[in-house]
Amino acid sequence: MSVKVLTANRLTDGEAVWLGANGEWLEHIDGALIARHAEAVSALEEAGKAAIKSNLVIDVNVIDVEERGTNLYPLRLRERIRQLGPTIRLDLGKQAEKPKATAA
Amino acid sequence: MYRYDEFDHAFVSARVEQFKDQVERRLAGELTEDQFRPLRLMNGVYLQLHAYMLRVAIPYGTLSSRQMRKLAHIARHYDRGYGHFTTRQNLQYNWPALKDMPKVLDELASVEMHALQTSGNCIRNVTADHFAGAAADEVADPRPYAEILRQWSSMHPEFSYLPRKFKIAVTGAERDRAAIQVHDIGLHLKKNGAGELGFAVYVGGGQGRTPMVAKKIRDFLPVEDLLTYTTAIMRVYNLNGRRDNKYKARIKILVHETGTEELTRQVEAEWQVLKESDLKLPQKDVDAIDSYFRAPNLPLRPEGWSELAAARKADHSFSTWVDQNVTPHKNPDYGVITISLKPIGGIPGDATDAQMDLVADIAERFSQDEIRVSHEQNLVLPYVAIADLRIVYDLLLTDGLATANAGLITDIIACPGLDYCALANARSIPVAQRISERFGKAERQADIGELKIKISGCINACGHHHVGHIGILGVEKKGEELYQISLGGSGDEICTIGDITGRGFSSEEIVDAVETIVDRYLEIRTDKEETFLATYRRVGAAPFKDALYSEAANAA
Repeated sequence: MSVKVLTANRLTDGEAVWLGANGEWLEHIDGALIARHAEAVSALEEAGKAAIKSNLVIDVNVIDVEERGTNLYPLRLRERIRQLGPTIRLDLGKQAEKPKATAA
Repeated sequence: MYRYDEFDHAFVSARVEQFKDQVERRLAGELTEDQFRPLRLMNGVYLQLHAYMLRVAIPYGTLSSRQMRKLAHIARHYDRGYGHFTTRQNLQYNWPALKDMPKVLDELASVEMHALQTSGNCIRNVTADHFAGAAADEVADPRPYAEILRQWSSMHPEFSYLPRKFKIAVTGAERDRAAIQVHDIGLHLKKNGAGELGFAVYVGGGQGRTPMVAKKIRDFLPVEDLLTYTTAIMRVYNLNGRRDNKYKARIKILVHETGTEELTRQVEAEWQVLKESDLKLPQKDVDAIDSYFRAPNLPLRPEGWSELAAARKADHSFSTWVDQNVTPHKNPDYGVITISLKPIGGIPGDATDAQMDLVADIAERFSQDEIRVSHEQNLVLPYVAIADLRIVYDLLLTDGLATANAGLITDIIACPGLDYCALANARSIPVAQRISERFGKAERQADIGELKIKISGCINACGHHHVGHIGILGVEKKGEELYQISLGGSGDEICTIGDITGRGFSSEEIVDAVETIVDRYLEIRTDKEETFLATYRRVGAAPFKDALYSEAANAA
């Protein structure tokens, strides 16, 4: 079953980030705040609006992910590539720090 | 090469200062993203999937060694050690931080470069034939006119908020290497019967979701009328172009909906008002700009021919590279070198900082300090003596820049696609890499001959798929990448939009599908001299569709 998380790009450098359960913007999707029902999704959307006002992040979006064991797996390829980095340059992006991950 | 005058320096510096202030205000929270976004776009700063992207303008694709070294320096210090040369003769950095942008623009300004007119609904960076000023088949160098258009269009108050972006391309040869007929305005510099220079004017070409070949609205426009006539076109477009729907806002739609005859009448009527205005180009001004582009004084180097013959005999790989990547020069002792940025299995258009430095060094020593960027995502050395080909080849070899595939099936154009681009629906580069690997053997490529594959990862068509001999468009369908094939497109002087073959192919199937098309071509061509495009034009789509779909049906 898919659930939702909130993602954005950091204002200062454009880095892809996800809203964490602790309210911080995280550089990795692990630890992202998960919305499992409509009220929680609404709360995420409100958090997104507030985040834009806070000027910490831009291009804020709620995205669909699946919980696979302890990992979160974005349903769209676009989001999986954002999560990891370019599939053609495994030495770049977040995947370069996380050698076990694979895109697409 | 053109050199900035005081006005240019002051103008670019002022823009850097202005943007520096805007970035500071954004980071301090004084500007919202909605306020800042149009400002950053006017300075070439986009937001992509992983980071910001900076698109640097390379007007008409001409660079000095000093400028190329600066691009390498920026890649090394502000990015991840590489840049991506694009189909608009620009360079994109994929990872710069917003806080560093003013410093990067400052660095660019120090070598007379900028990122203006690389985004927004303005007249974009003017492109030109990458062999301009050097090719043997050229009537005249189109770059002085591209430069005049650049000066006229920069911050043009009337044309900074057009209905949509506007692209102009200029060529000076019958052989169109600048794809002018798929631009909003295409200008073909030529001579009339009296030997005077002028332009054939094409309007309303473009790719994107509604591809169209431009219509010729004037066969010969004297060069002195370049700006009066272009202004007349822009005014008709600015007034009548649609602003209610961004997908119908390009001038191609206006031309289509108005009709070529009526649009031409409107342009000519507007031109009558402007014809004798201040925009009429005085010859002395044309001459002044022209002097910047005067061909360098190339010393005679006749010894090159005998040396070349011996070198070719001794090294088959070198000989193949000369055949494929060296184009005849105006001066018979010289050649125009295409440096392929398409190594087999590599990323089309990417160059590392070290490669940029190497090309800069080679250009300084052997090509009159000049480099070109082609819309086919390669680099060009325009003035290399035949006598120096061997040493240049050896130097290029040292960093993987001597791939002998210009114009062949592995010389693939590919947009950044979903690996980087926020607009993309599918990946382009991995498809290009797999096709390149499949056809990478030199003998096989040579046997296939000229074949241009162009790949886009979305309908915006940055990868020029509509004019690929084989075009590939990536789309997203039910969460999966799907690739649609078109055949018979061409961006040259006989410009055609490719025909879609039918249902698309999955990522796993697409390379096999391309191979099926190529194999069918090899079966049905009259002889080795008949290129893929010529074969397609002779037989049409049917044999290829048959190969693609009946085979698929059989397999199923």
